[in-house]
Amino acid sequence: MTKRQITVSVDRLRRKRPAEGDPVPRLPADERSCPRCQSHYRAEEIRRNLRVCGTCGHHFPVAARERVDQLAGGGPWVELWPELRASDPLQFVDLQPYPDRVEKAERGGSNEAIMCAELDLRGHRCAAAVMDFSFLGGSMGAVVGEKLARACERCIDKGLPLVVVTASGGARMQEGVLALMQMAKTVVAFEWMHDAELPVIVVLAHPTTGGVWASFASLGDVTYAEPGALIAFSGPRVIEQTTRETLPDDFGRAETQLSNGQVDAVVDRRDLADRIARVLAILDRPTGLDPPPAVTWAHARAEKAAEVAKNLPDLSRRLVAKAKPRRPDEDGEIS
Amino acid sequence: MTMAARRGSRFVRRLAHRLTGQPETSSAIWETIQLARHQDRPYPLDYILRLWPDFEELHGDRLYGDDPAIVAGIGRGDGAPVAVIGHQKGRDTAERTYRNFGMPGPEGYRKAMRVMALADKLDLPVITLIDTPGAFPGAGAEERGQGGAIARSMQAMLRLRVPAVAVVIGEGSSGGALALGVADRVIMLENSTYSVISPEGGSAILWRDAAKARDAAAAFQPTAANCYRWGIADAVVPEPAGGAHRDHDEAARLLSGYLTRALRDLRALTPDERRRQRRDRYRRIGAYREVASGDLAAIAAGRGDPSANGGGPA
Repeated sequence: MTKRQITVSVDRLRRKRPAEGDPVPRLPADERSCPRCQSHYRAEEIRRNLRVCGTCGHHFPVAARERVDQLAGGGPWVELWPELRASDPLQFVDLQPYPDRVEKAERGGSNEAIMCAELDLRGHRCAAAVMDFSFLGGSMGAVVGEKLARACERCIDKGLPLVVVTASGGARMQEGVLALMQMAKTVVAFEWMHDAELPVIVVLAHPTTGGVWASFASLGDVTYAEPGALIAFSGPRVIEQTTRETLPDDFGRAETQLSNGQVDAVVDRRDLADRIARVLAILDRPTGLDPPPAVTWAHARAEKAAEVAKNLPDLSRRLVAKAKPRRPDEDGEIS
Repeated sequence: MTMAARRGSRFVRRLAHRLTGQPETSSAIWETIQLARHQDRPYPLDYILRLWPDFEELHGDRLYGDDPAIVAGIGRGDGAPVAVIGHQKGRDTAERTYRNFGMPGPEGYRKAMRVMALADKLDLPVITLIDTPGAFPGAGAEERGQGGAIARSMQAMLRLRVPAVAVVIGEGSSGGALALGVADRVIMLENSTYSVISPEGGSAILWRDAAKARDAAAAFQPTAANCYRWGIADAVVPEPAGGAHRDHDEAARLLSGYLTRALRDLRALTPDERRRQRRDRYRRIGAYREVASGDLAAIAAGRGDPSANGGGPA
């Protein structure tokens, strides 16, 4: 136990060493500086400010765990399916083997590029799926697809709304065409939410690009973007290389995409939870008009969801359906 | 033994060798990619000409414009009428520029969706022919919602009540290919490829060097045999000896046999059943591990077993 802790701390030190020939002035470990206005903050201070610069409003990236804390307002929440981890179906090696990359990324504190949780958002029970850009660029591999599909199924089982926060570079290339298929898988999951008539709120954080933007991220019922977030199918570098056009600085930014009609609103992170809560509150209201007074809209919705839930397939857990039989003791995974 | 039977058994042996033999070498994979991109390879319009001679091409997405990179329309061949949608590349420089190298923008996908809606209304099976290096990366395409168009195209295919068959006839790369690839049956031609990104794009990102495309191709293993093994493709269709570019008529004939069979099988299902199976098909795809979590009860119950549950190709 003690031995293991020492190893981890050595790795931490190594990672923080600046690159050679690049004398970056190092801040004390508990201070951060804003890349836009150079204001300095203590780590604790910026965390309390939801990782938004108090001076210029720059939005720092947020890890998934912290984001869920923000949404839950410090309240209790449960992480769902933390045991799902990436596998290496292609035995992929680029500049380093894929399992090594995963292991390194796991040391950063997240177990995958997405974290699912069930929480009370300002008093509204909901499921959240939050992506983490620090884990391999938030890329969508089989685990992201599976967790998102399970999150939707859980929502349908319990009649809950789903809140998704995206931050991703796209499909995880190291998982090859299987990662591509996760795009279709997430769309399937959102189709079930559609059939169950449950709301999906998508928040696009910086950056949301590639296969994630081209699948579930653009299929939310209500879509918010964080200020300054890059939202595009192809990143500016790819476009400049392919078409030789020079792009304006605000290309694909949340504000541009708002005027392009791709998102509903650009929402400051400090207002985000309240805005989501407002949408959930609007949708939560019983109609009281058309159905008989005793049956609220929420009630009817739960019934509809239960009907959809009956038709959901068993949990998938394998790549090739024919390969291995399921272990019977895995049946109770989702309750 | 007839000629056809002999040719068939040769194909089975070829495929079996690819499936069970040694992992494909990087040069074999690279050769497949070159074949999939061969400029004489039949494109959707070549197949349409042979399989559905009565074909009416439809233009425009009714919202903004027409995208020549996607060909869509309704046609009738030997059997019942069908709706056909495909990525069209060009054969010479002028046509390639006109067709934008088979890279559609949002208008292309919206045209596809419009034709899918038409097919759904008139009960025509949808056949998509996939052959694209990816969706077009351009500022204009982004402004008009490239990402949303691809996502909604997948959504439209999942909602179809009619049978849908996707055929990868050349290279299928990235979301630009998958936007037309969410179907009841996915068929790949023997020398076609299906991948998350083109080898050039992948090498530029992962190797930081576009010249490492061969290494990227070897790592992505995008061949039809591998896609079949992973459950991405339901069937692999033989090509004429040497590749589909050698004999367009024969390539179309071989494909039509598989198409007819797939459509006949799908016609036997009810629309709801088809839609359910189509969703289950994509819900199942994925490979991951389950490791012991901190939950002691789960470990005690044997659910925390860290053994890999997905596993890849052995």
